[in-house]
Amino acid sequence: MTFLGLSAEILARIQFAFTISFHFIFPAFSIGTASYLAVLNAIWLWTRDLAYLRLFEYWKTIFAVTFAMGVVSGIVMSYQFGTNWSVFSDKAGPIIGPLMGYEVLTAFFLEAGFLGIALFGRKRVGDTAHMIAVAIVALGTLISATWITAANSWMHTPAGFSIDTNGVFIPEDWWKIIFNPSFPYRMTHTVLAAFLTTAFAVGAVGAWHLLRDREDRQARIMFSMAMWMAAIVTPIQIFVGDLHGLNTLEHQPAKIAAMEGHYETHEHGAPLVLFGIPDDEAETTRYAVEIPKLGSLILKHELNGKIAGLKEWPRDQRPPALMPFITFRIMVGLGFLMLGIGLWSLWARWKGTLYQSTWLHRAAVLMGGSGIIAVLAGWYTTEVGRQPWTVYGHLRTSESLSPVSAPAVGASLLTFIVVYFIVFGAGVYYLLKLMRRPPTPLEDHELDAGPIRTAGITPGPSHDDPLGGRHGN
Amino acid sequence: MAIELPFIWAGIIAFAVLAYVVLDGFDLGIGIVFPFFRQRRDRDVMTNSIAPVWDGNETWLVLGGGGLMAVFPLAYAIILPALYMPIILMLVSLIFRGVAFEFRWRTHHESHLWDFGFWIGSTVAALMQGIALGALVQGITVSGRHYAGGWWDWLTPFSILTGVAVLVGYALLGVTWLNLKTSGDIQSRSARLARPLSLLLLALIGVVSLWTPFINATYFDRWFRWPTAFFSSFVPLLLAACAFALWHGLTHGKHFQPFLSALGLFVLSFAGLGISFYPYIIPGVLKIQDAAAPESSLKFLLVGAAVLVPTILLYTGYAYWVFRGKIDPEEGYH
Repeated sequence: MTFLGLSAEILARIQFAFTISFHFIFPAFSIGTASYLAVLNAIWLWTRDLAYLRLFEYWKTIFAVTFAMGVVSGIVMSYQFGTNWSVFSDKAGPIIGPLMGYEVLTAFFLEAGFLGIALFGRKRVGDTAHMIAVAIVALGTLISATWITAANSWMHTPAGFSIDTNGVFIPEDWWKIIFNPSFPYRMTHTVLAAFLTTAFAVGAVGAWHLLRDREDRQARIMFSMAMWMAAIVTPIQIFVGDLHGLNTLEHQPAKIAAMEGHYETHEHGAPLVLFGIPDDEAETTRYAVEIPKLGSLILKHELNGKIAGLKEWPRDQRPPALMPFITFRIMVGLGFLMLGIGLWSLWARWKGTLYQSTWLHRAAVLMGGSGIIAVLAGWYTTEVGRQPWTVYGHLRTSESLSPVSAPAVGASLLTFIVVYFIVFGAGVYYLLKLMRRPPTPLEDHELDAGPIRTAGITPGPSHDDPLGGRHGN
Repeated sequence: MAIELPFIWAGIIAFAVLAYVVLDGFDLGIGIVFPFFRQRRDRDVMTNSIAPVWDGNETWLVLGGGGLMAVFPLAYAIILPALYMPIILMLVSLIFRGVAFEFRWRTHHESHLWDFGFWIGSTVAALMQGIALGALVQGITVSGRHYAGGWWDWLTPFSILTGVAVLVGYALLGVTWLNLKTSGDIQSRSARLARPLSLLLLALIGVVSLWTPFINATYFDRWFRWPTAFFSSFVPLLLAACAFALWHGLTHGKHFQPFLSALGLFVLSFAGLGISFYPYIIPGVLKIQDAAAPESSLKFLLVGAAVLVPTILLYTGYAYWVFRGKIDPEEGYH
């Protein structure tokens, strides 16, 4: 049975890709933002410079909206393994499940438990306990990232298990399962990507307000902080990305072949295909623009290194090449643009024009969403490159599916698409509204001396209420 | 020890589900009774009373789902496809109500739309949770390691009844929570609303309890055959005690007692379900120990859970303590 000509398997894959892409945007942004908030609050407590408190309050509201969207889109993920991928859950659940269980127990509860205090509780618990709560939320997001990349990495480079007669993966060595070969690289790459996502978003907001008012102290601070991140973290990220690629070449060479658009094996030095259109049917990359030997130089760090092509694998064990080929180029391209912004900012800083360089500010505004796009592109590269497996080399995607019919998956997919566009479309609109607010509020609510409230729990002013006043009738 | 691990885990998962039901129950309940409070100001106070805690409450649902996958993967793999539609509808509903907390503050013009989303999301989520429960109690068709029933098996008169019962129960938890956390007009209206809801819920609990034993011979034996009937009979007796305490609290203007009694009704109904289910995780089809993950999975996660679940309870308790007391409507926001 099909739905609009699509099989249940492809519909379930589209559904997973769709829901997790939306979901991943929010944590990618909130991981970095949580740490940023902790830094801002710490500087405020250390220096008692009001600008940092204002920035904390400013980004706190944005964080709250992002976090809420991350929570609700995340609940969907924890059930989707069962609705559409029940065979995967039955077989790989004994390994993936406990890792996600630890994520819930060590991270989700921690974040949720202290988020209320971090957002609304400064006056109730005092500065010290509030700072601890903010730091715990930031720590929670990082713990969460650790467990989920461990689980995801295990699906790419499974280790430490055996398989019983029912095809169930039996955990044999948890140390090997968690610290599987790709985990350290994937985890570092992902967390740095999250920091860069936040850095470029913060940089864009700072630049936007500098374009309106160069003297705005808060805008200057956030822009400067973001540009330090861009200048320092981007080169590290490129270095880590290279290591991650070498790790992939060792454990998933077919993925590398797809990313590089290589169908033929190159015994003596593979070219770097800059552009082209991989064609899996014809087994060739059309319109290829190549630089000889450079592919081997990058992947093997020697000009004549051997690089395997997709033809080394039977057709039913190859990933589709077009998607990873394109998304990989988008990610790398954005990475070098980020590096460019970072270097430009260093130059402007050295010349003393960091807050005056209109073109740098415009470029930074344009790059505001670059982190999110790069994160998604990178993830598509690695996940499509894992195909046709869910657990690499052991469990096929086609054998992981629930006994669901195509119309059921199709109907739920359409539901998710409609709901996500309405809800998260509105959410992104509100986020942009919040980011458009000037970072200098007309009143500093946290400073007015007053009685300790029973409930000071409004997450910030609404956009069409510039005074941040009350919402009564 | 090897045999006991699955039962320890069944207890932990059951605890997570119960924690979810009572905690998110009052959150969802506040959304369900939104239509009875039309003023923007009232609704602000109502959502503010749960804003700092709702997201922790909902995390128990993630633990229930994620935990089931970790320690009873076979049960997870069978139940979720069987309850496909109610689960998807529940997830979509939870999205609408979860974002409404933040979104309703971000706009004046559209805030009534998010209030509507908060109501419909809370209502449908509650209804679907009850329907899913009823469908599970009725039984699921299984062949081998897969769900083998149809796509509409979950929708029956019995599951609709349990759906309505959960809906009414959450609404009662919601208004008794408001009775506890608010003052003045909102409190008195909540207390008034709690009376008919209490009567309706008790009637629904009665009907579901009388219907359940006739669905399945095992349930019947549990409740009406000696010697299990001796122990089972404590449940209705305690239920009656809670019902009395609830009514007494409401008619005597108590703040805390009605909420506590409503929680008691949920805990006892849940215990009643446990009595019916044991030792099955999917009634009549799959036993707890047959659904369990390999021992190495159970042990690995139990080491953490043994330390972390009590810790979570401690700091969750602290978060509730920080935001204790009545919501002051004048100072509730700035």
